[in-house]
This record gives sequence, structure tokens and C-alpha cells, in this order.
Amino acid sequence: MRDFLIKLSKIERRYIYLALFLALTLPLIFPPNFPQKMSPTVKSVFEFIDTLPPGSHVLLSADYDASVLPEVDPMYRAVLKHCILRGVIPIGMTLYPQGAVLALDAFKEAEEYLGARRDTDYVFLGYQAGYQAVILGIGENIRSVFPKDYFGTPIDSIPAMRGVKNYKDIALVISFSGSSIPITWVIYAYSKYHQKVAAAVTAVSAADFYPYIQTGQFVGMLAGMKGAAEYEYTVGKIMKDNGIEKLPPAKAVKGMDANSIGHILIMLFIIIGNLGYFATKRRK
Amino acid sequence: MIWIYLIITLLGNAPPRVIDVPNDGGNALMVEWQLPPDSLGKVDSMLILRKTLPEGKVDTVAKAFTNHPEFVDEGVNYKKAYRYSILYFIGPVQIQSKWSSPAEPVAGWIDTRKIPLFILMMLYTTILLVYIFTARKGRELYLRPIAGLEAVDEAVGRATEMGRPIVYIPGLSTISDVATIAALNILAHITKKAGEYETKIIVPVRNPVVYTIAREVIKEAYYTIGRPDLFDPGQVYFATDSQFGYAAHVSALMAREKSATNFFMGMFWAESLILAETGASTGAIQVAGTDAVTQLPFFVVTCDYTLIGEELYAASAYLSKEPLLTASIKGQDQMKLLIMVAMILLSLLSVFGVNITLGLF
Amino acid sequence: MLQRRIPLVIVFITGVLMSIQYFIPHPISQSAYNIALMWFRGVSSMAYAIAVISFVRHHSRRLKQPQNRFYSAVALLAFLFMCIVGFGFGIEEGTIFYKMYLNVQVPLQATTFSLLAFYMASAAYRAFRVKGFEATLLLITAFIVMFGVTTIGNYIPFIPRLTEWLMAVPNLASKRGILIGVGLGMISTSLKIILGIERNWLGG
Repeated sequence: MRDFLIKLSKIERRYIYLALFLALTLPLIFPPNFPQKMSPTVKSVFEFIDTLPPGSHVLLSADYDASVLPEVDPMYRAVLKHCILRGVIPIGMTLYPQGAVLALDAFKEAEEYLGARRDTDYVFLGYQAGYQAVILGIGENIRSVFPKDYFGTPIDSIPAMRGVKNYKDIALVISFSGSSIPITWVIYAYSKYHQKVAAAVTAVSAADFYPYIQTGQFVGMLAGMKGAAEYEYTVGKIMKDNGIEKLPPAKAVKGMDANSIGHILIMLFIIIGNLGYFATKRRK
Repeated sequence: MIWIYLIITLLGNAPPRVIDVPNDGGNALMVEWQLPPDSLGKVDSMLILRKTLPEGKVDTVAKAFTNHPEFVDEGVNYKKAYRYSILYFIGPVQIQSKWSSPAEPVAGWIDTRKIPLFILMMLYTTILLVYIFTARKGRELYLRPIAGLEAVDEAVGRATEMGRPIVYIPGLSTISDVATIAALNILAHITKKAGEYETKIIVPVRNPVVYTIAREVIKEAYYTIGRPDLFDPGQVYFATDSQFGYAAHVSALMAREKSATNFFMGMFWAESLILAETGASTGAIQVAGTDAVTQLPFFVVTCDYTLIGEELYAASAYLSKEPLLTASIKGQDQMKLLIMVAMILLSLLSVFGVNITLGLF
Repeated sequence: MLQRRIPLVIVFITGVLMSIQYFIPHPISQSAYNIALMWFRGVSSMAYAIAVISFVRHHSRRLKQPQNRFYSAVALLAFLFMCIVGFGFGIEEGTIFYKMYLNVQVPLQATTFSLLAFYMASAAYRAFRVKGFEATLLLITAFIVMFGVTTIGNYIPFIPRLTEWLMAVPNLASKRGILIGVGLGMISTSLKIILGIERNWLGG
């Protein structure tokens, strides 16, 4: 037994790589669909939207580009679908030029899977330059910043925008970003207009935003692929409960399954290595 | 009626106030205006107009939002004067305010916001110079042992015994990065040491400017120890400027040459683990030093010795044991002590609501 | 002697001037900065020419060595091909150069990047051993954070909060401490080079 354990402490690299390769690829081919339990910060955002009365408006700002797509895009799609399923009207916009194309694709997916209708079930305003000027402008009158939507329709003739003038008519703003733009929303929208703000960010930048959750400046936060997977999983369940059979690809859940199995495998190797190490020490 | 009142009020409205933005190169003016209280929400939008003097050319500078009655115009020149006016849109009606009095942006010679930083810089410089001049008088200064630097001799000796080369990676950054300069300083020491034992040192470089300097460093180092014949132009070369292409090249180099010792000094990014783990798999002794906080864990785990942060900058002084360089390390430590004391004091003061340094930097 | 004196004088003068320039917002100061940048860009461009010559020479030399011949041949052929295609047909979207970059170089870079996952596994397996107090502490912390970033972590009551605390408090605190030291070290090194106290960059 001891010899076996000692051998385990000296496993060749190639076997570790093979095991990891299998651990990462097999879940992508045969997704186990592990149940994703929501962490507290993600749950805060979810419950906020879930308890909004139908007809409320939520501003989804796609402030990201293709470099953070794998983590942030699934979040945008999941939150967007959640809003539509609950009868909440998502207003899409972006402060990043590349964000417009990515966000538009998410809205098209919502049309395909949920039958969402433009201008009735959702609004897409597109891109506007100016960062804080845009955020401040929405605080006064959203029409001063976006007189027309992305498709050229005047805001006043969009049924879904009826009664929406500024932050007083918007229940929540969520900034989806790979940088520090959510903080800009806190500085200008939350501090000046007391607008509720949430963040959906990459795992690497999440640590910088925890202080804002602790102070209540963020309602909650979706962090990294884990946050995306948790939200995506829950929205998938809601879609099934609503009798929707054709579900969109759950990229974050798939990725997170592979990620989790990979992590567990690494932890297993560490435990095995330590058992072997102890066995070697004992022998000496 | 309210609209007529609004139009009349706006017509008689005071022109915008224009003030110079301080501490700039004379390229910005701040325009402020005051809307009558009743007008908030009734004015649809506003445009800011700028007239350049003396030509009188009028430009539309920006669209303004009614709730944010100030705008910084950064398209001005300190050699000209300007006047501003606001154009209000109320439904189909356009009302223009009076033109402001002429304003000239002023190009400052001193950025007063940076004065606290300048004072700190001078304080630090003074401390360093005091220690350096003290060292000139021959006073011996103690430096705590740093395992990674003490192991340099051992690492070079190992390569000599095994008859295998040393691979030295001076980081992946440009020469503008101080970590790269520190890495080149260490390269000089190691080259001299390796030269004394006639051990080959291979230096693949990612950046062209760093390549030219590394080449000269190695050549000069061999000259200094009286062995110019040891310099081989093929030992230091430009590999590629692609980050992962470089990582792939160095990994292959370490595997092919079966280097006995690997040095990773300088700035690294995501490729650090690829380099260090490949080196570890070949059985080489590895010494790393970087100020990239995110890469330190990878080096700590895969290398035998790691210089953390400022230890990389102290390496040159440590290896050469030159009094002037050692003195600068002592000066650095004194400044760190001052910062620590200041941090504790200011934190305690802020508990009682006294925030002296807020907004200073 | 002059060979070493002249660079030291140039470094001293430009170092002091650029330090002072930082505090002067006047356009004259900004022009000086832009001129310095222009010179830097010019020197970097020339350095590229020297670097390319070094690359070609290095691999040409290795063509004579049987064990390295194949790899160096591939490197040189790829280099020549991209030069000919780039200079001959342009580098814009739709050209062969662009397609080769998108379909060869970018996937190769992504592949090398993805090796990190495997190397992390082997590094963790080798390094996380209970050898002493610090190593044990490292191991426990690593386990908590690894659990925290996986799906399983959410099912263990204290793990998410503990992970959050570890990342936001001790991790951030030590990072900031190292950064303060690094900042001071950078200033000290720069000052030593400007004053000519540190001369190893000249070769010793």
C-alpha cells in the first residue's frame, strides 16, 4: 500500500495532462448539467428582477467587447431572457461601440426562443458615445440621449417606452462589463439619482467590486463564468417550467461543468500527491 | 402662457460664465450656465456655441443636457480668445443666449495638483542621496540575505559542473519598463560570473530594443572580465515579438538545450507558467524575479527561488555589493518605513473623521 | 572612456528634463515630450530592423546543425512567406497575410495559451505539499478558493463568503503591499540610472 502511495506521488506529467484533457473535454461533449446553486450576490440580482411587477423597466447596458465574450455575454443573454419571461421590459443600450452588435445578437436570440417582439417586449437603443454624459443625460431625459432607437424608430412612438422618461421610471440598471464601467454607473446614476445599479463582470475584475456590494451601492453582482452559469441555469429552469421545450445553448453552464470537473481533478491530484508525500516521509 | 414666459426668461437669461481650467496646457475652458428653475424638463435640448476671436468663426461645440449645466471645452488654443453662447430648443422654437465676454485659456507652467507628489519625490530623493553620500564615507551597510540572490552562485556553478548552458530570460516587456532595466543589470552580473567559469549563457529576447541593449550588456560584461573572446553573437538573439510565440520558442529551447539553470527576470504576463513549468520539467534549477504581482504565485510554485517585487530591484546592489547601490536600498527601506508610519497615523486620524490627504493625490 | 561617458551624460540630461516635464502642463513641455516620444519610436523602428537581421542570422546559423535544421528552416520559410505575401499583396482584411494571421497565428497563440490549464494542474500537483506551516496554509487557502470558484462550493455554507473574503482582504492587502515596494524600487532604480550610480545596463 505504501509503495502504491509513493508511486502516486510521482505520477508522470503526461498522465496528469491526459486526465485533465478528458476532464475538460468530456463534459463539453456529454454535458452533465450539474445543478447550479446561486451564490448570494447573484441571488440578489435575480430576486430583484424576479419580484418586479410586470411592465417594469430594466436597463441592460452591454459595456463589453469580444475579448470578454465567454464570461459576460452569457450573463447578458440570461438576464435578458429572465426579464422577458417575467414580463419586465429590458431596455438594451451600450457605452461601447462593439457592445451594440453583441447585445443585438442577444435580443435576436430572445426573439427566436421566447417569441419576444421588438418595441413591445423589449427596446434596443444601441450605442451612444460619452460615458458619464450619457449616464447623466438618462437621469434627466432618456430622449435627450437616445431620441431614436437602434433601428431609427423615434422613442416616442415605441409602445414599450411609454411612460419612461428617466431613472425614476427604471427599476434597475445592470452594467455588463469587463472593465470598471460599473463604477461609473455608481458614481453618476446611483450617487446622483439614487438609481439602483447591479454589475455583471469578469471573474478577474470581480474582487474590485466587492466593496460596492458591501456598502449597498450595487444591488448584487454576477461574477465570471460561475455567475453566468448560475443565472443561465435558473433561467433555463424557468423556461422549462413555462413549457418552452426548445432551449438556447447553455454555454456558461457547459463551460462551468468542465471548469468544475477540472478543478476537482486538480484537487484530487493534490490530495493523491500529499498521500504519497506522507508515505515517502514515513518510509524515511 | 408658461411657454411665452419661458421664452422671455430665456431670452433675458444671463450669458454663460466661462472660466479657464487651471493646471492645463491652455487647451480647456469651462462653460457654466444657469437655467431658470421652471425651465427644467421643459427645455428639450441645448447646444453650446463657440466663437473664436478675432476671426469670429462660430462652431457648435457640444450638445448639453439640462441637468448638468457645465461643460469643459477641450478644443481651444491658449493663443486665442473665445466667446460662448447657449442655444436652447423648446419644441420648434430656438432661443440663443447672449454671448459671454471673451475668455482666454491660460497655459500653466506648474501643475499645482502635482505639488504634493513633487514634495514626496524630493523627500525620497533626499533620503536616497543622504544614504548614498554616507556610503561614500565608507560606512558599511547591512542587507538581509535574499535566498534567490544567494543562490545565483550555486545556480551558475551547477551549470558549469553539468556542462550545460544557462538560459536567461530578461522578461517580455519593453525597455521603458523599469523591471526590464533591472533584469539587464542582473544579466550583466550573471554574465560576468558565467564568463569566469566559461559557462555558456543563452539570452532569447522578445523586444528588439531590449535585444540591442542585452547584446551590448553581454559584450561589455565579457570585456570587463577580460574575456572578449567568449562573446558569441548567436547567444543573444531576437526570437519573436509574439507573446506566446516567444513562450513556445523558449520552452523548446529549454527542452532542446537541456539548460541546467534558468533565470526569469523582468516583466511577465500569462506565459510565465508555461516558461517556468517547462523549465521545471527539464530538471533545471530556476530563479525568478518579477514585479508582476499576478505572476508571482506561478513563479513561487514552479521555481526554486523567487525574487518578489522590489527584491528584483535590490538584486543589482546585492550582487555587486557596491556601497553606493547598497546605500540606495537602505534609503528605499527608510522611505518604506516612513510610508508605513504615515499610513498608520492617517488611518487612525480618519477613524476620528480627520482626512488630511483626501484629494491630495 | 568616452564610449561610456556620452551615454551617461545623455541619460542624465534627458532623465532630469523628462522628470521636470511631468510637472509642467505648458504646450512647450508637451511638445518636448512628443519629440522625445518620436525619437523613441524612431529608435524602436530601427531596432526592429536589427532584430530581424538577428533572427535571420540566428536561424541561418542553425541550419548547419542537424538537430535544429528542420525547425529553423520552418521559421525562415514562414518568415519569408509572410514578408513576400505582406509586401506583395498588402495586409488588409481579405488578403493572404490577414487570412494566414487569423487562421494560423491566432489559433496557435490560443493553443499555447490553453496549455496553461495543463501546466497549472501539473504545477499544483507538484507544489502543493504539506511540507511546513506556510505550505499547509497555502494548500488550505488554495482548496477553499478552488471550491469557491466551482459549482460545488455553493453547496457548502461558508465557502462562498470565505472565498470572497480571502480574495478581497488578505489577497488584496498583500498585493497592495508588494505594489508599494515595487513603486519605491522603480523610483530608486530610475534615480540610480539617471545619476549614473547604476551602470550595469552599460555592461558593468
